[in-house]
Parts: sequence; structure tokens; C-alpha cells
Amino acid sequence: MKRSLSVALLLIFSMTACRRPQPQAAQAASAPLKVGLVFDVGGRGDKSFNDSAFRGLQRAAKELGIKYDYIEPAEPADRENALRQFASGDYPLIIAVGFIFTDDVNRVAEAFPKKHFACVDYALEPGQAVPPNVVALKFREQESSFLGGVIAALTSKTKTIGFVGGMDVPLIHKFEAGYRAGAAWADAKVKVLVSYAGVTPQAFKDPAKGEEIALSQIAQGADIIYHASGSTGLGVFEAAREKHILAMGVDSDQYKDAPGFVLTSITKNVDEAVFQVIQRQLEGKFKGGVIELGLKEKGVGYVYDEHNKALIPARAREQAERARALIVADKLQVPFK
Amino acid sequence: MRALIKSEGRWITAAAALSLAVLLLGVVGLGRNPALVLRLMVSRVLLSPYGLGQTLYKTTTLIFTGLACALAFRCGLFNIGAEGQVYAGGFLMTAVGLALPGLPAVLLIPLLLVVSALGGGLWALLPGYLKAKRGAHEVITTMMMNFIALALTNYLVMARFHVPETIHTQELPAAASLPLAGAFARTFQGSAVNASLLVALALAAAVWYFLWRTPLGFELRAVGANPEAARSSGVPVESRLFLILVASGALAGLAGVNFILGYKHYFEQGFAAEEGFLGIAVALVAKNHPVGVVFAALLFALLSQAGLALNTVIPRELFEILQSAVIFIVVICQNRLGEKA
Repeated sequence: MKRSLSVALLLIFSMTACRRPQPQAAQAASAPLKVGLVFDVGGRGDKSFNDSAFRGLQRAAKELGIKYDYIEPAEPADRENALRQFASGDYPLIIAVGFIFTDDVNRVAEAFPKKHFACVDYALEPGQAVPPNVVALKFREQESSFLGGVIAALTSKTKTIGFVGGMDVPLIHKFEAGYRAGAAWADAKVKVLVSYAGVTPQAFKDPAKGEEIALSQIAQGADIIYHASGSTGLGVFEAAREKHILAMGVDSDQYKDAPGFVLTSITKNVDEAVFQVIQRQLEGKFKGGVIELGLKEKGVGYVYDEHNKALIPARAREQAERARALIVADKLQVPFK
Repeated sequence: MRALIKSEGRWITAAAALSLAVLLLGVVGLGRNPALVLRLMVSRVLLSPYGLGQTLYKTTTLIFTGLACALAFRCGLFNIGAEGQVYAGGFLMTAVGLALPGLPAVLLIPLLLVVSALGGGLWALLPGYLKAKRGAHEVITTMMMNFIALALTNYLVMARFHVPETIHTQELPAAASLPLAGAFARTFQGSAVNASLLVALALAAAVWYFLWRTPLGFELRAVGANPEAARSSGVPVESRLFLILVASGALAGLAGVNFILGYKHYFEQGFAAEEGFLGIAVALVAKNHPVGVVFAALLFALLSQAGLALNTVIPRELFEILQSAVIFIVVICQNRLGEKA
């Protein structure tokens, strides 16, 4: 056994030895930009938040001709580890997807001052500045959730609507607060049921839990349920299909996950934000700081297209658009907690 | 002793060689170039100081949880609760550290080490008591304690201790930080490997000494080998089972030292990330020998770090399959050879 291992090791080293790394000078100025992306704990394939970021990356590859690689960390200690893998490689721009990366981005950005970083949902602590080589991508999800609340309240027949949050954190409270405020603005008599799937990142990838919560809300009379819970929401769709009620998707257009049962999706255009950051990097206009996107900047919104037009009553659409105009004109303040 | 190490070494070498074979098979199956994968594995993990540092960091946690499981197995006990014990120890240590801001490092660090062991031991107290007094199976009780630990620490962090917009507590006072390897060897700069590794290695030696060089250790091994025989030769089996489950919990409780005192300096929800369960696999591959635990921990840490470093080339799932394959291979080989012996 020992001999076979030493033979294997010898083989490895000989293979390494004969292919030395290419010298840096070989990288011509015209070489495409390489972007590294590190996914959130929910991971790629959540058909929601992470996938939206990935779409931005793919779009940049197609339209701007960049190259990209991605890493899916498995444990908390691997977040910084993954960022450093990219930072020590030839990736001038590194994108981290999720608030949970805030600390890790700060550490790695300090260790690699010449590299650029972007962090989606970067959590800004009060009185703290963003490092000069970091862009914090923030969204005003409460604004689009407000429109969602308006549509849900005016579409509901039972006058009871539900909200399923993923992890119980301030970021998700923004969705809830906007949704509640929108429902109350449209119809003060509508009851809003609220539940969270848990208090750990696991709460964003627990479809069974999502289905359980949704079924319990349906039993209490809810006929429309909005979820902001990553892949946990797939369980909410399952419950909607089973009990013939309507669900509302989040972050990406989730119509395809339960055709006919998705009233609309409250979109957070992470793809747009990711694309814009890559574009700025390419144009040499990357500048550290906070970029905040709301209804006005078209960073958030809701889906209204040929698939779901028939599901949304005319009055709901009308009132939602009225609310949008008021919010964009700063005439309506949407609470975020 | 030498014979023991030799036989442990053989297991781990076999596991390493076979896992390499499985990996290459998987890589070829995915249509990737195995030579490229091997080259990257060497350059990004084995020959990169950062990669090596991260591997040693991961090894450290696994030594603690591996020792915890191995010690219990030696005594015939299945401690499935290492995961929960890691959280209990880590949380108690953080709470005490936050409550004592003024202490100097020479007092604070030993105190926190003791407290984390205490927390883990405390979490094994109930399963230990139920095992000794009622004969309740420790697999069930320790597993239930896992759920309780996770839910309770999550609740406490969110309800009382967390920094807004995060899922972790305040940072511990600077005096509570264990030195990073990068502070002594510049080449490891940036990596999370820290002095906890020395604590882990010292504990491995201590567990070995305890089991094979003390009368109590002999008793415990006797209980593990044949409880009835041990009982008839006068060993108080029940009280020994209780003691060893609590000691196993204490070892697992110390695992949090690596992440909390050595790396991030705060308690983060879910920080153990199933390293407690992986401890069972480490103990299994090591055949419950403390020296074997060190090397088995290194093997699993290498797999984990390689999975991350190669993630841009091959999917992470392949390494997860690989991890399971290693366990399978070891179980099969051990049973066959065990029959022959």
C-alpha cells in the first residue's frame, strides 16, 4: 500500500513539474476580464436570489465578453477561504452574494487592496464606512414588497393573506414590513399572517418547512402567500398547487416553478446590479461605496406579463401602479421594519 | 505502540490512496482532465501556504470532534452528540468571554478553554446520567441534545447577543485571541490556522496516555471490550460510562476554540457546520486511536479544502461523494481484515 501511494505521489509531482504555471506577462491587455463569484449559503440552484446573481454574470459573459468562475462554500469558515482563492488568482473583480459575507469581504478587501469587491446585500453597521475597494449593493426591497402587498390585498377573496420569511433577520423584515404596509394601504381590513422558517441560514433552503408553514396559513384562511425565503419557497409553491391558492415569488420571476399558481413575483434585480458592477469595472469606473437600488432605479419591481396578467384584477394593477408613482415621487414613505 | 501506529498508518494510507482513485474516476466521468485536477490539487492545496494553512485549520476542529467520538467508541459508546456539544461549549465560552472584558490573556485563555470543555461536558451530562441510571441509549439522547443545542444557541444569539444585521455575537476582548500561525510564519499569513492546533495535538497525546498508560484508561477499554467481563472483575461499569460520555462531550466542546478564539472571535450561528458529525467518520477511519485521529482528521480536511480550491473546475458534490466513499471503503476493508485476524 505504501509503495502504491508513493508511486501515485511521484506521478502527481511529475505531472505538476512538467506543466509550470504560465508567466504573468503572457496575459495580454486585451485578455477578457475574469470575474469570480462566491455564492451564498443557499447556494446555486435556489431559483431565486443566487440564481438571479448568476444570471447577471452570464449576461455579462454574453454581452460584455467577460469570463467567470464561481465557488459554493460549504461551511462558514469557507466563505473567506473562497474569496481568498479568487483574490490570490487573476480575478480583478470578485463578487460575494449575500449579507453573510460582509465580514469576510472586509477582511479579504483589506488584505488585497488592489482587487475590487462587490457584495450583494452588504450589511452596513451604523457609523461604519465601506472599504474603498468594496461596492455594497443594497436594495429597497420594502418598496417592491409594498406593491406586492397592494396586489395581494386587492386580489384576495378571503381578505386574509400570508407571508413566509426565510431566516428571521432584519433583511427579511424589510420584505415583511413593506408587504404589510402595502396591504394596509390598499385595504385596512385585510389580515396578514406572518411566519418565519427559522433563525439559521438553513431556513433559506428548507422546502419541507416552507410547505408546512404555507399549509398552516391556508388552514387559517390565507388565499395568497408571499414568500421571501430562498428555496424554502419551493415548498410554498407546492402547498399552493395542492390547495389551489396563489403564491407570490421573490427575487426572480418564479412563474415557471408553479405555472398558474404564481400571482406575481416581487423581483430584486440582483442580476442587473451584478451586471452594472461588472460594466463599471470594464469601463474603469469602479468606485467603492454604497449603491442603493429601489423602484426608482428599477433595482426592484414586480412581474406583470402575459403569464400572470389574467390573474391580477384590474383594480389591483391600477392601485399598485398608483403606489409605485407615489413612491418614486417620494410622496409615500415605505417602512423597512 | 509502534505496531499500533503502523496499523493506523496503513488504514489512512489505504483510505487516502483509494479516495484519490475514486476522485480521478469521478473527474474522468465528468469529462474533465485528471492531470489538470491533480496539478491544481497540488498547487492550490499542498504547495500553497494558504491552502495548507486552511487544511490545518480544518484539521484542528476535526481532531477535537474525532477524539471525542473515538474516546466514546473505545468505551463502547456512540456519541452522536458532538455537534451539539461543540455549540454548547462554544456558546458558553463566548458568553463568559464577553462577561469578563478586563482579564489578561494569561488568565482569560486558560479559563475559556476550561469553560468550553465544561460547556461540552455539561451537554453530555444528561445523556450520560440517563445511560448510567436508566440504560437509555446514548444514540437517541445525544442526538436529541444536538437539536436542543442548535435551537437554543440560535435563539440566544438572535434574542440577546447578536450584532444587528448579522448572525453572530459581539467580538470577544482582544485578550481572548489565540495567536494565528501567520504571526510567527509569514508564509501562513491570512490563513485561519492558529494555536488551537497545538491544543488539539496535546489533547490527542493526552487521550492516548490516558487510555493506555493509566489504570482508569485500562478500565475504560475493558468496559468497551466486554462490559460483563469488566463488571465481574469489579469495574463500576455504569459510573465509567457516565464519566466517559461527559469526557467525550468536553473534548467536543473544545472544538469551538478553533473558530471562536482562533479565527473569528465571535460565536456565529451554525459555525460548527456538521464537523461534529464528521468527527464520527474521523474516529471510524482512525479505528478509534488518538494518533490515527490526527491523520484521519488531516485526510478529511484535505478533502474539504481540495473541494473548495477546485470548485471552479469540478462541482463540490464530487468531493462530498468522495467523503462518503472514503467511509465506505474503510468500513469494508476493516471488516474483511477484522475477520481474518
